[in-house]
Amino acid sequence: MTVRPIGAETEAPAIGHTVIPSRWAKFWARNGAGYAFLTPWLLGFFGLTLGPALISLYLSFTNFNLLQAPTWVGDDNYVRIFTADPRFLQSLRVTFFFVLFSVPLKLAFALAVALLLNRGLRGLPLYRAIFYLPSLLGASVAIAVLWRELFASDGVINQLLAPLGIVGPSWISNPRYALWTIILLSVWQFGSPMIIFLAGLRQIPQDVYEAAAIDGASKSRQFWSITLPLLTPVVFFNAIIQGIEAFKSFTPAFIISGGTGNPINSTLFYTLYLYQEAFAYFRMGNAAALAWILLIIIALFTGISFLTSRYWVYYDE
Amino acid sequence: MTSEAARGPSAVGGKKSKRLNVILAHAALVIASIAMLYPLLWMLAAAFRPENEIFSTSSIIPSAISLGSFVRGWNGLQVSFSTFFINSFVISVLSVIGNLAACSVTAFAFARLKFWGKNIWFALMLGTLMLPYQVTLIPQYVLFHNIGWVNTFLPLVVPKYLAVDSFFIFLMTQFFRGIPRELDEAASIDGCSTFQIYWKIMLPLSTPALVTAGIFTFIFTWDDFFGPLIYLNDMKNYTVTLALRSFVDSTAQSDYGGLFAMSILSLVPIFLFFLFFQRLLIEGIATTGMKR
Repeated sequence: MTVRPIGAETEAPAIGHTVIPSRWAKFWARNGAGYAFLTPWLLGFFGLTLGPALISLYLSFTNFNLLQAPTWVGDDNYVRIFTADPRFLQSLRVTFFFVLFSVPLKLAFALAVALLLNRGLRGLPLYRAIFYLPSLLGASVAIAVLWRELFASDGVINQLLAPLGIVGPSWISNPRYALWTIILLSVWQFGSPMIIFLAGLRQIPQDVYEAAAIDGASKSRQFWSITLPLLTPVVFFNAIIQGIEAFKSFTPAFIISGGTGNPINSTLFYTLYLYQEAFAYFRMGNAAALAWILLIIIALFTGISFLTSRYWVYYDE
Repeated sequence: MTSEAARGPSAVGGKKSKRLNVILAHAALVIASIAMLYPLLWMLAAAFRPENEIFSTSSIIPSAISLGSFVRGWNGLQVSFSTFFINSFVISVLSVIGNLAACSVTAFAFARLKFWGKNIWFALMLGTLMLPYQVTLIPQYVLFHNIGWVNTFLPLVVPKYLAVDSFFIFLMTQFFRGIPRELDEAASIDGCSTFQIYWKIMLPLSTPALVTAGIFTFIFTWDDFFGPLIYLNDMKNYTVTLALRSFVDSTAQSDYGGLFAMSILSLVPIFLFFLFFQRLLIEGIATTGMKR
């Protein structure tokens, strides 16, 4: 490996037909193809990812409304967010509540159905397809629109409840239930973690169960002592993926609340609040600060998950 | 769960209780299937119902089939839905091409080529997997605003040609690594250039990975709401997702039939992929942990 202080992605200079190849020519001969293939990614990485991320860090310390140049305000945005911003706290509360309930419920359903499907029943491909479909369609605006109407006061859910003698409220405009309708929408999409669980269940060798059965372990004992421990890496994987997605969730809350986060901010997801700050009030500096706080929250969530995984995720060897 | 398991085969009458178990499992799965599909079927029925019937019933079988909702919905906004569907389609197809080209080229470099700093670049690429898009959102918006790209498709499409979708780079890198090296070594001895190895050996052998990545890119782009929401202002540039949102806002309490009909239509492309490529999609999820 040559270690030289060179602008890596620069094109090679004209080599010419000199007898002694320059250091550039040598570098190009060894690395040229690699960097040629890497060029689109390098442009995207510096121009659309790293550059903007650093600029947004800078903007988070400024006041910026898109029309005038940003003005430096130090840590004002952060101080205000943490000490005098009830909407920030509310959006944090809503988002954490959503993550805390939607992710475990979704994974519990996914695991339960995967276990049922894994018993060698006939019709597995059909069931699997049916359970996967909502997961594939669920993120679209069309489904959020449907959800909004299902849980309206004259919606289908209340019609189904009526024969049971229950007069349901307008679920989406009641602050006690609005967030739960969005949680339910997320749980309904348990298909893709279910598929990952199914793949994980297949990896568990059958002879372990046979040995356990001979030793007289009951089915539930086998689940708690064999299946679940051996499946913890998959549970962990699913929890991380779904957790990060849940923190970033935007569309359902936007459509169901009409972009407001109402009723009384009960569906003001963090991303929705950030969107409003940036594109409704054009407080770009403040929104950049919110974005960086979100990055730190997600990093903490992932980091803490990895730290605790040592105590509950079972790895072979 | 536990009650099921507790009822498991006992020494006496094991066979009988096993059959009972199977029947119970099927019953649970059928009920769950109905519950899962009910909302979708209800919307499908609502789209085909005569308008006055839509909210008067929770049944999923329309009393009469009417296409009126589709006709009204198609022209329910100032601009017709044919424009929105064309816009969504153009953006999605251009995104698929960009993502496949840029991600496969990048993945080829990471999987097969030797160059200075490769491991660092690869680690940085993986690092961006974790980065929430909100962090780059505002400077990107300012950039596209300043070069006059707001209210065009360019901010939605051009980034795809610069391999910003790390997930697909990672997926393809893993796939390329699984292709035997002897193949490109042989090709190299036969005088193939690096590009020819990429184009004539790696790509044809990676069809499953490319198709999976292409389908998911199409679906993600087709469904994308946030990007169009911030970058597209003129209704004639709207995607289907934005149009549906306007429909919700503008009709308020009136044309639900039209809204449901257009919602159903917006799901058709995704449903077709589901129908014809289901096995590939499910394999893609099982092996890579795709989020949907």
